Amino acid sequence: MTRRATNILGLVALALVGTTIGMGLALPRTVEQHEYSRMIAIHPPLAWASYVSFGVTALASALYLWPRTRSRFWDLVAGASAEISAVFTALTLVTGSIWGRPTWGVWWVWDARLTLTALMLALLLGYLALRRVPGDIGARGKRSAVVALASALVIPIDHFAVDWWTTLHQDSSIERAKDTLGGPFVAAMLVGFVAFTVLYAWLLVLRFRVEQLEDRYEVEGLDVALAARRAEALPLREPEVVA
Amino acid sequence: MFRDAALVAGKDLRIEARSRVAMNQVAPFAVLVLILFAFALDPDHGVLVKAAAGLYWVAVLFSSLLAVQRSFAVEAADSARDGLRLSGLDPAGIFLGKAGAVAAQLLALEVLLGVGIVAFYDTRLHGAALLIATAIVATIGLAAAGTVYGILAAGLRVRETLLPLLVLPAVAPVLLAATRAWEVALGQSADNGWRWVQLLGVFAVVYVAFGVLAFGPLMEES
Repeated sequence: MTRRATNILGLVALALVGTTIGMGLALPRTVEQHEYSRMIAIHPPLAWASYVSFGVTALASALYLWPRTRSRFWDLVAGASAEISAVFTALTLVTGSIWGRPTWGVWWVWDARLTLTALMLALLLGYLALRRVPGDIGARGKRSAVVALASALVIPIDHFAVDWWTTLHQDSSIERAKDTLGGPFVAAMLVGFVAFTVLYAWLLVLRFRVEQLEDRYEVEGLDVALAARRAEALPLREPEVVA
Repeated sequence: MFRDAALVAGKDLRIEARSRVAMNQVAPFAVLVLILFAFALDPDHGVLVKAAAGLYWVAVLFSSLLAVQRSFAVEAADSARDGLRLSGLDPAGIFLGKAGAVAAQLLALEVLLGVGIVAFYDTRLHGAALLIATAIVATIGLAAAGTVYGILAAGLRVRETLLPLLVLPAVAPVLLAATRAWEVALGQSADNGWRWVQLLGVFAVVYVAFGVLAFGPLMEES
């Protein structure tokens, strides 16, 4: 993707996020949730973006492990997407907590979806820690891809486990919003879904590029440093010929 | 594959029988965890009896980390891992063998901890079938997941700190499901205990299959 295209994507992303925030703030307060009902414009979209980015990490990891599609590209996509996913997942938990405190009366409840999201964040942090371990690039890529896939496999099991354990969370936000909150809320949330998806795509491109540069630095850095030191050294003098 | 697994498991268990690290260090550690829980939660108010299942499985989980770390530490000395790689044994067999040896040690430890919660927490063991089925299936899952992450972290300098960070979130459903099933068996809950055993079974199958497939490539990189 060219620099120009990336910049346009960035502008679109920022404009959409700005629109989401504007639409969210313009929403009326509700009787039940007072000012906090406006969180619907950003909280479900953030959760959606965190799931999408986690899914992309798992898919890219599978493509990296598959011998026919193995390329450094997929490893970098997986790593970049996981970092963004960790940020979105953390933001999902934070916005959920801010909403939960006045609505449920506590910052945290052991509800199925919250617990699953927290587990996902823990899995992502482990994955990112593994990626940060220095070593051979190929070995690291394979190890990371295996962990990403193992994490993706465990998510459905986690889902059932925490679902059976306890459930207090709202039903799907879209269904609920349609029934009780009305048009403007649904519209703000849907714009939010698009906005955070585009924002994710933009961040992914940027983070991917930084990872590529880190890669290049790792591979070429030593050669460049050696050449620079050599250039600094005084040129050897020709031995003087004694007549 | 199964012959190789038996060979590797036999080797690991023989090392264990001779070095007695599990018996002299891991088992006392696990019992100590049970005792520390009693200090943390007031035993006089019946909290321990109610929480016995959860505390038991947390102790098992921590001990499983030690068992997995030990399982790969014995391969670190004298480049034993390279020897294993060059031995021509099927990597899937090596995985099953190592996981099997870890599972065998954990099962022995679970018996000891079971005696521990009866003695220290005044827990009455009912529903033997559910207790034993849960313990076996959960242990297979723990050992398989631990062995997958164990080989991943084996060659790394930061393995001691990295392994818990990778293993604990991954085995969280085992802790949840095994605790719920045991609560039913110990008469603390009226839930359907067997559906939790089924979930543990799915976890075990997923990680055993994953380990059988992924252990070869991971061993090459370790």
